[in-house]
Amino acid sequence: MRTLKFLLQKEFRQIFRDPSILRLIFIMPVIQLIMLPFAADYEIKNIKLAVIDHDHSSYSRSLVTKITSSGYFILTDYTGSFNQAFEKIEQDKADLILEIPASFEKDLVKESESKIFMAVNAINGVKAGLGSSYLRSIIQEYNKEVRTEWIQFPRFNPETNIEVVYSNWFNSSMNYKVFMVPGILVLLLTMVGANLTAINIVKEKEIGTIEQINVTPVRKFHFILGKLIPFWVLGLLIFSIGLGIARLFYGIIPAGNILTIYLFAAVYLFAVLGLGLLISTYADNQQQAMLISFFLMMIFILLGGLYTSIDSMPGWAQAITKANPVSYFIEVIRMVVLKGSSLADIKYQLLTILGFAIVLNGWAVVNYHKRS
Amino acid sequence: MKQFIAFVKKEFHHIFRDKRTMFILLGMPVVQIIIFGFALTNEVKNSRVAILDPSKDAATTSLIAQIEASRYFEVDQYIHSTNEIETIFRKGKIKLAIIFPSHFREDLQHFNKAQVQLIADASDPNVANTLTSYASAIIMDYQNRITNDRKLPYTINTEMRMLYNPELKGAYNFVPGVMAMVLLLVCTMMTAITIVKEKEMGTMEIMLVSPMKPLKVVLAKAVPYLLLSSVNIASILLLSVFVLEVPINGSLTLLVAESLLFTLVSLALGLLISTKVDSQQTALFISLVGLLLPTVMLSGFMFPIENMPLPLQVVSNAVPAKWYYTIVRSVMIKGTGFQAVWKETLILAGMLFFFLGLAIKNFKIRLA
Repeated sequence: MRTLKFLLQKEFRQIFRDPSILRLIFIMPVIQLIMLPFAADYEIKNIKLAVIDHDHSSYSRSLVTKITSSGYFILTDYTGSFNQAFEKIEQDKADLILEIPASFEKDLVKESESKIFMAVNAINGVKAGLGSSYLRSIIQEYNKEVRTEWIQFPRFNPETNIEVVYSNWFNSSMNYKVFMVPGILVLLLTMVGANLTAINIVKEKEIGTIEQINVTPVRKFHFILGKLIPFWVLGLLIFSIGLGIARLFYGIIPAGNILTIYLFAAVYLFAVLGLGLLISTYADNQQQAMLISFFLMMIFILLGGLYTSIDSMPGWAQAITKANPVSYFIEVIRMVVLKGSSLADIKYQLLTILGFAIVLNGWAVVNYHKRS
Repeated sequence: MKQFIAFVKKEFHHIFRDKRTMFILLGMPVVQIIIFGFALTNEVKNSRVAILDPSKDAATTSLIAQIEASRYFEVDQYIHSTNEIETIFRKGKIKLAIIFPSHFREDLQHFNKAQVQLIADASDPNVANTLTSYASAIIMDYQNRITNDRKLPYTINTEMRMLYNPELKGAYNFVPGVMAMVLLLVCTMMTAITIVKEKEMGTMEIMLVSPMKPLKVVLAKAVPYLLLSSVNIASILLLSVFVLEVPINGSLTLLVAESLLFTLVSLALGLLISTKVDSQQTALFISLVGLLLPTVMLSGFMFPIENMPLPLQVVSNAVPAKWYYTIVRSVMIKGTGFQAVWKETLILAGMLFFFLGLAIKNFKIRLA
């Protein structure tokens, strides 16, 4: 126990000796947490629309007015040729082309049927799908108006009608930030935690100070624990600051018990720090350690379920996410913050992360050789 | 020049000596482009739904079969009362609950009107929105079928064409994004670290007293990484064309040239970082923790930039990956020529000179 105390003293001193890195550890996550959630908005609005109107009739004009007044579309171009509109798409000045044929009004009134063409830039499939379906529903709405203008429907509606009613639970204002902020906090915590420990032991290897530790009677287990605890304290501190920012800047107050989040965060940090230590015991130099942790971080972050839904991934990718600690924490923090899930609801995730923590740290202890 | 080549050779020795690092450097982009090319999609599919169906009649059964058949939904469980919804949402797997009334078919037959209630777990607003709109589309479809597709008068038909990506594949969007990310981070990190490492170890001193100009000493460090990056560019492009089936519609030469320009920008950024910091740890922090998330979020490949608030749109202009991403999308997928991307190219070139100039200005010949 006394050895551990001295080791902790040494580690804390090492951390506080370099104030520049200490500042980075705190400032970087704070800035990113304040700034980045504003970028995360999947809601599709401001779709740039180029209209080619060959008709120039009162109908075509009223349709265009209806589309632009919906708020989803910005009319960026109103031309007479398809090529010109297509150029706008190539230059990213338009996302969607709407082409109204020359006989649009005539066909609709005389033939009782007419056609409209749409062309969508589909590189971003989701944006394309949603944008075109908005446009379609506006056109349908417009179609209904035209129809009621021409035919008088009988009072009793003979058409079969299934009415669909929606309600959105847990986040009825559909606020994206409530959803993103906790997730981004998890990512920042993970990156800071894993990177700190990943290059820690390797640094001692590179500088040669590890030899000095190795010749002392310090036990392997104590050595690893001495490395873990200071960063664990730092990690929890950063996490608390992050929760404070979530509350002050975004007004996010967890619906569930905050102690549940802390319990999970505490176990999670052990897992992440353990992963860093494990990388550290394997790497020969800091460069290697960094590359490995960069590689893992990118996979953890992009397959963590924050940006794209895990359910939509192919089976093998879903299997990878099972080995990704980030995906568990993101799931849990969202469940507790947004839905108020209790400890009983997250016990499976908690036990899994506990398993990660034990395995990763145990592995690091075993793999740390005092003799080289 | 001979001196310079000797220095470059020395750097290569450094890299080749460390087999593990080299292996990771060359293997990582390959693994990442494959994983992300296949796994990342913004599409929402296979979402688990719970169904409350007290009427259990022919209409609800066939409607449920319809929902089950779509690739967006997977019927996970049947519940027996609305009280259960909250509990199953809390457990986190179910994303949508579909609730039928007790006499669905009778309502439909006798009153021509019936109600279906959709309750979404909106903790992810995007998924919630998408799922409710998919579900209502399926229900509308069903309704149209039972009314026998009666043709209505005064109909406007819409015909649609998906440009560039008719199958709406996620890879078309993510390959350019991952390319930008891998190139930027690998190059920036590696140059920053190797230089700072020499500082930390004290070997920088030895090199600076050599007759070679200090600036050249540093540039010699960047050359091997430029070559390694070219290998990475080649492997990424080969994989995207042959494995992910993302075509190169534009000029390959232009695409490679732009990629090299972007690599140079990243190397210059790495140089700049290296002049500013003294320890590898700090260099790592700035180049990894500082660059990773902003690159993912502000380059436009995850979140459309035009949706962001104005200050953030302004900030996004400072992210080199944003410009490169736009270029790759235009050249690779839209197949446009240089005239469509000259502005972005100019901006990247400007960034290159800015970073390089700043790095030279900050570069200290004498160590502390």
